[in-house]
Amino acid sequence: MYNTETPQLQEEKTGLITAAGCWQVHAFVDGNVMRDIEQQLVRLGARSDLQWNLSDIRSIDHIGAQLLWNCWGRQRPAQLILLRSQEAFFNRLEQANQLSIPKPARSRLNSIMQLGTVMLGFFAHLFAFTQLLGQLILDLAHVLRHPTKAPWKEISANVYQMGFRALGITALVGILIGVVLSYLSAQQLRTFGGDIYIVNILGMSIIRELGPMLAAILVAGRSGSAITAQLGVMRVTEELDAMLVMGIPHGLRLIFPKVIALAIAMPLIVIWTDAMALLGGMASADFILGMSPRFFIQKLPDVVALSNYYIGLAKGVTFGAAIGLVACHFGLLIKPNTESLGQGTTTSVVSAITVVIILDAVFAIMFSRVGYF
Amino acid sequence: MAQLIKSPAREIVIKVQNLRTQFGRTIIHNHLNLDIYKGEIISIVGGSGTGKTVLLRQMLRLEQPQKGSVTIFGVDINQARADQVAYFRSRSGMLFQHGALYSALSVFDNVAQPMRELKVLPETLIKDAVYLKLDMAGIGPEHADKMPSSLSGGMVKRVALARALALEPDVLFLDEPTAGLDPHSSETFVSLIQSLHRELGFTVVMVTHDLDTLFALSSRIAVLADRQVIAIGTIDEVIQYQHPFIKDFFLGARGRRALTVLDKDDYGK
Repeated sequence: MYNTETPQLQEEKTGLITAAGCWQVHAFVDGNVMRDIEQQLVRLGARSDLQWNLSDIRSIDHIGAQLLWNCWGRQRPAQLILLRSQEAFFNRLEQANQLSIPKPARSRLNSIMQLGTVMLGFFAHLFAFTQLLGQLILDLAHVLRHPTKAPWKEISANVYQMGFRALGITALVGILIGVVLSYLSAQQLRTFGGDIYIVNILGMSIIRELGPMLAAILVAGRSGSAITAQLGVMRVTEELDAMLVMGIPHGLRLIFPKVIALAIAMPLIVIWTDAMALLGGMASADFILGMSPRFFIQKLPDVVALSNYYIGLAKGVTFGAAIGLVACHFGLLIKPNTESLGQGTTTSVVSAITVVIILDAVFAIMFSRVGYF
Repeated sequence: MAQLIKSPAREIVIKVQNLRTQFGRTIIHNHLNLDIYKGEIISIVGGSGTGKTVLLRQMLRLEQPQKGSVTIFGVDINQARADQVAYFRSRSGMLFQHGALYSALSVFDNVAQPMRELKVLPETLIKDAVYLKLDMAGIGPEHADKMPSSLSGGMVKRVALARALALEPDVLFLDEPTAGLDPHSSETFVSLIQSLHRELGFTVVMVTHDLDTLFALSSRIAVLADRQVIAIGTIDEVIQYQHPFIKDFFLGARGRRALTVLDKDDYGK
């Protein structure tokens, strides 16, 4: 069943062109057949005094016919010999000449208008996000008034999914960051004999800043993307619409449990990450500076005020809720196609991390006078 | 068409031999044999769970049978070399039940995709060929820039058909071609396939539940039951066969209604 005959064009001096072989699309794929035929056709297309004989063509399809047709300038040449079986193909092409092919629409926006569109898009996001936040607060009020109607099961499942199952990765990253920080600072501190300040550096930076930050970035990558993708797929499969039809509000059943679960789980993850990072730092302080863990632990409360710890926990709650809201916001915006799904998930994670860093800056400014001795 | 089928030298395009399919402990097919001839429209029917779609997917090399072979164009597709598979892929087209259009690509790009994939056709030729294929499937050029998500169900099927026909395959596989279409769209779709079949002369392998489509299109029907093809032949031959499934399927109220309409239309003319 292999059709090895390649399409050929034979020219004779009398101006008779004989096409032969198989003019079906798969015959053009081998080697340089397509290039050779195309070159020949371009050369022949310039002449109008030719006589064409297609009766030696063994089999033809619309793509092969289209090649010849385009060479003839989209009309039948004056002298043409056709088989009856080939007639239909060229009739089709003749009909297709009448198709009015629309010109690609050119964008009417100039660069300033495009900038304006971007700004409008940003405000649209801001508006939708505010709406989402408002809905969440209303849901929260509703749940506080009717605690039995809260989606406790979903919240619990989400805490397990996004909190408990993140313990492994946050522990690993926490320990490594603790070790890195400890090594770097120890080198510097030793040069001027300030070994003892390693406790201050590690304690302050990890508890107040790095712990919540690391946890937030990991959770944004891990759970933020999962939430967005889940909501996006639910949009694609019309599950979101099905929920609305059954009278199940998205806010209370999808968004509320996720945001609340993250707000509960994140501070716990922050405690865990803090502990692991300090553990890593403590171990390497023992190793390079010979500082005993007992001394490290004894010294820690003396140099780091407890309020730093509370700031860290507050950051955890805020970051968790922010990640959940951003992820839900982008998840609900996904359109039912694959490209939008991929793009939405990426934007969600990037935005979540950006929002976390912005919030962190806000915390730094707000509490700039708190927590130092 | 009747002549084509009764002519003695019938060329076999697809040969399914001794096929066995098993999912876990459930056996779907056992010793299943099926020959499909060149130029015919064969419909595969059967109750739910008899593995019609699985059989279609095995013919497309999307799934592998536990035992037996599927031979297309004289080559066992499960033992074929890469170039043979590539040849088979370029000579067959599939219309998936829900269209399976690439949602990130426009209508034009969806149909152009198989042609671009060959890497040799010039873009100007592809452009002409795409508009021609869309026209053949009954889609006007003004729809070419639309995205699949903004098309109606019937249009999605037509675009999917245009894509399946992009390389003018020798074999066209249809999975539930009229499922989810309204009666009018179903009818136009059926006549579309009929006219394209007349024009291009491809072989059609179709899985369908829709009796009207079945009777209107098929030159032969293969009935799947008891893990095998229990009956194969023209409609008249198949309904003669004594089997509870055939009785329920063709001679139930719906089947009889479809058959009566068929008689009125003077089927077999």
